[in-house]
Amino acid sequence: MNTPRSLALLICAALMIVAPVLSWSAAAADVTVVDAGGRRVSIADASRLLSIGGDVTEIVYALGAGNRVVGVDTTSQYPPEALKEKKGVGYMRALSSEGVISVGASLVLASERSGPPEVMKTLKATTVPLVEIADDNTPDGVARKIRLIAKAIGAEDSGEDLAKKVSAGFLALDERRARIKSPVRALFVLGVQNGRVLAGGKNTSADAMLQLAGAANVAGSVTGFRPLTDEAIVELAPEVIVAMRRSSTTDAHDLSQLFELKGIQGTPAGKNRRVVTMDGLYLLGFGPRSPDAARDLMALLYPELTAKGGDATR
Amino acid sequence: MTAVADMPERRSEGRMVRSGALVAYAAVGLSLAAILTLSVGATGISLTSLPRVLLAMATGNDAGAVAREQLVLIDIRLPRLLLGMFVGAALTVSGAMMQGMFRNPLADPGLIGVSSGAALAAVATIALGNGVAAPWLRPLGAYALPVAAFAGGLATTLVLTTAVQRHGSLSLATLLLAGIALAAFNGALMGLVAYASDDRELRDLTLWMLGSLSGASWPKVFATTPFVLLVAVALPGLVRGLNGLLLGEAEAFHLGIDVERTKRLIVLVASAAVGAAVAVAGIVGFVGIVVPHLVRLMAGPDHRVVLPASALLGAILVLIADMLARMLVRPAELPLGVVMALIGAPIFLHMVVKRRVAG
Repeated sequence: MNTPRSLALLICAALMIVAPVLSWSAAAADVTVVDAGGRRVSIADASRLLSIGGDVTEIVYALGAGNRVVGVDTTSQYPPEALKEKKGVGYMRALSSEGVISVGASLVLASERSGPPEVMKTLKATTVPLVEIADDNTPDGVARKIRLIAKAIGAEDSGEDLAKKVSAGFLALDERRARIKSPVRALFVLGVQNGRVLAGGKNTSADAMLQLAGAANVAGSVTGFRPLTDEAIVELAPEVIVAMRRSSTTDAHDLSQLFELKGIQGTPAGKNRRVVTMDGLYLLGFGPRSPDAARDLMALLYPELTAKGGDATR
Repeated sequence: MTAVADMPERRSEGRMVRSGALVAYAAVGLSLAAILTLSVGATGISLTSLPRVLLAMATGNDAGAVAREQLVLIDIRLPRLLLGMFVGAALTVSGAMMQGMFRNPLADPGLIGVSSGAALAAVATIALGNGVAAPWLRPLGAYALPVAAFAGGLATTLVLTTAVQRHGSLSLATLLLAGIALAAFNGALMGLVAYASDDRELRDLTLWMLGSLSGASWPKVFATTPFVLLVAVALPGLVRGLNGLLLGEAEAFHLGIDVERTKRLIVLVASAAVGAAVAVAGIVGFVGIVVPHLVRLMAGPDHRVVLPASALLGAILVLIADMLARMLVRPAELPLGVVMALIGAPIFLHMVVKRRVAG
C-alpha cells in the first residue's frame, strides 16, 4: 500500500517539474470534498468532467477548465460553445443512468436540482465520483459554489480568486444600493401567454435579482412564478417591467404584445413604456456573472445613479 | 370500432389455428426483444461482456473495467428489462380485461379510477414533496413517488367500487359513468396542484405524465414481484368468466359463472397491476388499449388467447419503445410514452384500415 502511493507521489512531483501546464493531472493525490448533500466524495482524477446545471457549467468554464469538460446538460447555455462542442446528456431533471455513464467522465459535477432521484441514486453508487452542487441564490452561496467546484476539480487557486472577485462584486453592489433613496417598483415578467402575465414572486431567482439590483418586487406577495390577472397588475402599479431576452431577434415581438395588455397599460410602466430586458441565464443564473448582471440591471433601473458619477466604486 | 362485437361471427377455423401459433411467435419475439434490450445502450457495452461479469460476480473479483460492465448490465439494464416487461404486460392485460368486462372497445383501466388516482397522488408528491408533505415523504426517499402513486390508484378504485355498489352487486353501467366522473374530478385536483407548483415542479410533472422507465432499480423489481405473481395466479381463473361476460351478464350467469365474483376479481387484479405499473413508469398510454385490439384482430376474441398474447405483445412493444427511447438521442433519453405512441399508433392505424378493406 505504501510503495505505490509514494511512487505515485514521485511521479506527480516529476510531472509538476516537467510540465507545469499539466499540473492539474497531479490531482491524482486524492482530493476529498463535502458536497451539498453532505456526502464526503473522494476524487482521484478530474481530467474529464461532466457538468450538469447552467450555473455549474458556467463556473467550470470561468475556472478555465472548459477544455476538460466532456459533457453538459441542456441548461448549460453559457458559454454557448459548451452546448455546441460537448456531448449533451439531455435535460438536467430527466437524466438517464446509462447515458450519463456512457459519456466517460472521471468526475460528475451535478447541481442539486438534477434528477430523477432514482437515477441520481444509481449514479452515486458508481465508481465515478459525483459532487452535488447546492442550488443557492445568495451572494455567499455563489462564492460557496465556486469554492466547492474549484476544490473538486483541483483549481483551488483560481477558485479563490474567482470567489473573491464575485464577493467583491456583490460588496460593491451593496455600496451602490445604499445610495438608492426610493426603490423603483419593478415587476419581473417571465412570459406572456395567451394574454396572461407570468410574474416572478418571492422565493424565485428573479426576486433575488431584483433585490440585489435595489428594486422593490411588486409581486412579492405571491410565491414562485405565478400568472397575475390584469386587475392585480394595475393594483401593483409597477414603474418598470423586467423581462428576459431569449435571443437578440425575438424580443421586439414579445414586448409589443406586453404593452397591448390592458393590465400593463394601466400601470406607470405601461404608460411610460418602460421595460428592461436582459439575457435569461445572465440575469437569473446565479453563477460567476451574477454581480455583473445585478450591476447592469441596477444601471438600467437607475440611469440617473450611474450618470451622477456612479462609476466611482468600480 | 365495433371490433369486439363483430369478432364472434367472423371467427373461422383458420384463425383458430393461427391463434395458437400467435402465442408461440410472441414468446419467441419477446425473447429476442429481451436479448436485444440487454445488448444495446448508450455505453456500447454488449451482451458479450455478460460471462465476464457473471464470473467476476461469482468470484467477488469485481474491480476495474468489469465493475462498469456489471453496473450497466446487472444494475441498470436488467432491472429495466424486467420492469419494462412487467409494465407492458400489466397494462395490456388490464386493458384486455377492462374491454372484455365493459364490452367496450374504448375501455381502459382509467375507468375504474386507477390511472387518475395514481396520477393525482404522483403529481401531489412531486409538487408537495418539498413542502407540506415533506415530513411524511422524506423517510421513503426516492421511493416516495412510486409508493404514493400505487396507494393513490388503489384508494381511488376502492372509493369508486364502494360508492357504486348496491345490495352487494356491481353495476357496470354505473361503474362506467361514475369512473368517468371521478377521473374528471381527479383531473381537476391535478390542475389545482399544477397551478400551485413552481416551474421546476411543473417540468417534473410533465415528464412524469409522459412516462419513463429511467428510474428502474432492483428494489422496484422486488416491489413489483408480488403483482406479477398475483396476475399470473389470477388470470387462468378469469378466462372463463371473461369469455362468458362477452355474451352479457345475464348470459354469463346462465352459463353458471359467478358474475359478481368475476367482476370483483377483475377490478382487483386490474387495479393492482395498473397501480404497480404506473408507480414504476408513470403514465404510459396507448399500449393498454391498442395491443388487445391487435390481438383480437389477429386471433379473435377468445380470452384464452387474448390474455397471454396481449401480455407478450405488450411486453415486446414496451421493450422496443424503451430501446428507441434510450438510443435515439443518447446519451439523453426520450419519454417512453411518446415513443410508444409514435411507433404504435401508425402500426395500429395500418392494421385497422387494412382489415376494413380486406373484410
